[in-house]
Amino acid sequence: MLGRGILRGLIETGRNFCGSYYDPARLTTVQYPEEKLPPQENARTLPFLVYDGQDPLAGLRCTACTICEQECPAHCIRIVKDTVKKPDYLGKMQFHPKVFDIDAMVCMSCGVCVEVCPFDSIKMDRVFELAQDRRALVLHKMNLAKSNQYYREIHPTEAAAVDAARDEEQRKARAKKAAAPAILTP
Amino acid sequence: MIAPPAELPAPGRVGWADHDLLEVAMGPHHPSTHGVFRMNVVLDGESVAKLTPIFGFLHRNHEKIAERNSYLAAIPYTDRLDYICSMTNNWAYVLTVEKLAGLPVPDRAEYIRVIVGEFTRLFNHACMAGFLLQDMGALGTPLMYAFREREKILDLFEALSGSRMMCNYLRFGGVRCDLPGGWREQAAGVAAAFHPFLDQFEALLSENEILRARTQGVGVLPPALAVNAGVTGPGLRASGVNYDIRKVDQYGIYNRFKFRVPLGARGGDVFDRYMVRILEMRESLAILEQALRDIPEGVFLDPKAKLRNLRPKAGEAYGRIEAPKGELGFYLISDGGPAPYRYRIRPPSLVNLTVLEDMCLGHAIADVVIILGSIDIVLGEVDR
Repeated sequence: MLGRGILRGLIETGRNFCGSYYDPARLTTVQYPEEKLPPQENARTLPFLVYDGQDPLAGLRCTACTICEQECPAHCIRIVKDTVKKPDYLGKMQFHPKVFDIDAMVCMSCGVCVEVCPFDSIKMDRVFELAQDRRALVLHKMNLAKSNQYYREIHPTEAAAVDAARDEEQRKARAKKAAAPAILTP
Repeated sequence: MIAPPAELPAPGRVGWADHDLLEVAMGPHHPSTHGVFRMNVVLDGESVAKLTPIFGFLHRNHEKIAERNSYLAAIPYTDRLDYICSMTNNWAYVLTVEKLAGLPVPDRAEYIRVIVGEFTRLFNHACMAGFLLQDMGALGTPLMYAFREREKILDLFEALSGSRMMCNYLRFGGVRCDLPGGWREQAAGVAAAFHPFLDQFEALLSENEILRARTQGVGVLPPALAVNAGVTGPGLRASGVNYDIRKVDQYGIYNRFKFRVPLGARGGDVFDRYMVRILEMRESLAILEQALRDIPEGVFLDPKAKLRNLRPKAGEAYGRIEAPKGELGFYLISDGGPAPYRYRIRPPSLVNLTVLEDMCLGHAIADVVIILGSIDIVLGEVDR
């Protein structure tokens, strides 16, 4: 019968139309910005720099090794090394970044910098409401520095693994130092 | 020069308005050209006498950028080739690099790749059917139904890779991170819910008389022409040629799954290309079911795999996969350096587009829109 297919289709559309009023699986509209979906743990938007302790600039884990700068596919990171070395969490003397800029307009949120960072210093944030009325989307060191506490909040599983690994390293370094023969220490 | 149809008087000679040829530029700002694609159509009345595709508006220098960056840094750029199916783009690239550098892939990673690849195929085909119907004038409804299902799969991808569309998930020698807890069960739920959706989609569309009248016998692609022009993917299979790289090459672990290859039954018209995709989604669901059931425990990334400083020995490799749109191939030449010496992509969208004129000649201009829609192109991949 001609028109049978159309009728079947219309029944399907009608069922969907009615379902969109009472079926909980179909009531998917979220009234943004009053309501927000819970963020996914893996979500990534822009990179940030992790710091330990209280002082954002003194506690930066970054050692200005510039691996992320070289590997960044979009070349949006700019690093200038400082001239003086400071001890890191293992007590080793390391350089620190004098300038660490990320151009958020160029960054494509791929997360390659996070993967290549050997110091667990750069991580992905999940902020997304970044619109502003000034041209301030070149993020400097002080905008990028965020605490380890914040990192633990947004990526709990990943942060726990990182913290455990760092604690282990620290423990080994202390043990090594304690075990070293006294005659060699200056 | 425009060659007029043989039975008509030459244009300009005779002053009959209805025998003059009219040149129309469709696009690049035309909603039915799926992006910035332009067709210069020469019309004889309402039927097409000549069609010239013009593209390159979305050229982003992808190949040259990849030759400048490291091997790793090219992966996020491949996401942006066919921006609907980022997972399969990743797959083709990492497969080629693994071939070039001789890297092994753990079993679990292979399974994860198959799972994300088949999910990609599912929503690509569903969206393609939606867009095709949108081109026919069914404004919104089928497309929104398809997007509703795609949304669930994108949520899965976000939980897995952190991003909905630009996943950047596959790595040389495996995948970037393991499946999060509960992901597998959730994925199995989404895959199971896709069956009723497909039934619903088919009830809505496949028997619809208007859809059949618009698509059957329109834009026929003869199998010989399809093979000679290098058409691959569902477009080729709709013409009745049994060629699926998952069966031919059996890359990855596709030899472990039972699935069939649907072929067109009507000689390769637009309806065939629609129907083949619907049937392929059913086969993808069968593969997903098996993969989600059999996925083993183990490492997701080969322990010896290097992220940085990958320097494959001098040589060349061509890797290809059955992407949702056809054969997606990467050709890499290494000179032993940290970046590929030559990086070349064989995009299915571009190659499938070459037969557009042959399919459109003699059809009405309204049919050009659906013939283009049935090829299923993404301009990010055509122009690169």
